[in-house]
Amino acid sequence: MGIKVHGIALSTCTARVLLCLCEKGLDYEIVPVDIPNSAHKQQPYLSLNPFGQIPALEDGDVKVFESRAISKYLARKYKDTGVDLLGSSSLTESIIVDTWMEVESHQFNSPMQTIIRQMVVNPIFGIACDEKIIGAELEKLGKVLDVYEERLSKCKYLAGDFYSLADLHHIPHLVYFMRNPRSSIITSRPHDSCVGNEMKTLPSIDNNKYAIANSFAKNTADPKVEVSSDSLKNEVSYGLQFDLSQPGNDFLYMLLFLAKLVHASSGELFVH
Amino acid sequence: MVVKVYGPIMAACPQRVMACLLEKDVEFEIVHVDLEAEEHKTSDFLLRQPFGQVPAIEDGDFKLFESRAIIRYYAAKYEERGPNLLGNSLEGRALVDQWLEVEAHNFNDLVYTLVLQLVVLPRMGKHGDVVLARSCEQKLEKVFDIYEQRLSNATYLAGDSFTLADLSHLPGIRYLVNDAGMGHLVAERKHVNAWWEAISNRSAWKKLMKLVNY
Repeated sequence: MGIKVHGIALSTCTARVLLCLCEKGLDYEIVPVDIPNSAHKQQPYLSLNPFGQIPALEDGDVKVFESRAISKYLARKYKDTGVDLLGSSSLTESIIVDTWMEVESHQFNSPMQTIIRQMVVNPIFGIACDEKIIGAELEKLGKVLDVYEERLSKCKYLAGDFYSLADLHHIPHLVYFMRNPRSSIITSRPHDSCVGNEMKTLPSIDNNKYAIANSFAKNTADPKVEVSSDSLKNEVSYGLQFDLSQPGNDFLYMLLFLAKLVHASSGELFVH
Repeated sequence: MVVKVYGPIMAACPQRVMACLLEKDVEFEIVHVDLEAEEHKTSDFLLRQPFGQVPAIEDGDFKLFESRAIIRYYAAKYEERGPNLLGNSLEGRALVDQWLEVEAHNFNDLVYTLVLQLVVLPRMGKHGDVVLARSCEQKLEKVFDIYEQRLSNATYLAGDSFTLADLSHLPGIRYLVNDAGMGHLVAERKHVNAWWEAISNRSAWKKLMKLVNY
């Protein structure tokens, strides 16, 4: 019995879990949840997540909900597979990872979630954006990003010089946000531009994942996205300001993978 | 060297940290931060906590912020001492994390908003938004219903023993029950009530209550 993720790939919280699984090179199955018909608010889904939210994970007999708890569980269980996402080599390192996961959870998530709902989700359902709310949340986000800028001027990733769950947890929201012109709030801060986008060579790249991203790109109608075979330099659009000069970067593939899922969607988008 | 906890002793997030230190029998001293005088926004304090919030800790040369990261640190550092607050197995740890996330995302904001409107603002001589507080209360009723269901199947949130998941709720529920007049949220639910009785009568929490002078 393999890993099952109940949710929708386009949901930022489900994507958070999928990203972790991809980073670890783990096999999994997505069990779609019929959000438009409120399946998540009824049984049997409620027995997986009593708060009626996606995602939920089944790993054999183990059931976990809350995307950040799920990613930690996976990163811990499969610590020795793929990239170590928890800074497990020392308590000090792992607690810095914890700290910046808390920062994402308490400082970054709230304004970003509101902004994404206003700018991305509402238009799909024909609801007008509230510019006042967007303005207020962008201001809050700006202050948070100032702290990130300061942090990232001292180290490459949030927890130090290594990529971790602390960075990964930000990616799903960033995938949506970076496609919008208001992402200048990030690109105008040079170190923030690199966060989550820093193309540092990561160990043990599974070329199949690259193939997934590539075939996805080919199979969509969007001519703007092409993934070249020997380097990802300069060829990705979507307003994602990447330095793509370094090949073999797992989380870029996943970012592209998610970006393509977003682009290929036709209103199945859901952010809970 | 004694751990320094920066923050007012009355505030919920520093209390979360202090409760954990007391459970683990770690000596600490409180360095008061005057929130009304906006001491938490001064450039000195921002070096400790760049988001200008309490608490922050200093343990020798090691500095940390975010209360839930701090309690994880001490629970791990002193894993062998006192109660095991982290969970006994991979699955156990996942359940602790799960209910810590529930506290952070489904519980905390509602409690914070309600207590701000009904307790903190009036104490500062300002008007709280009673309608907003009532809306939080209604949402909390639903949240506590889910807790009631969970606690009818397990003595504590993550299973058979007291863990960080339960500890993290202590300051917020105390505010709800003792200061905000929301005791019915707990008292009307048999298993939540039993759980609250158990966790709020732990000697570590009672020591903290004495320290705060409640």
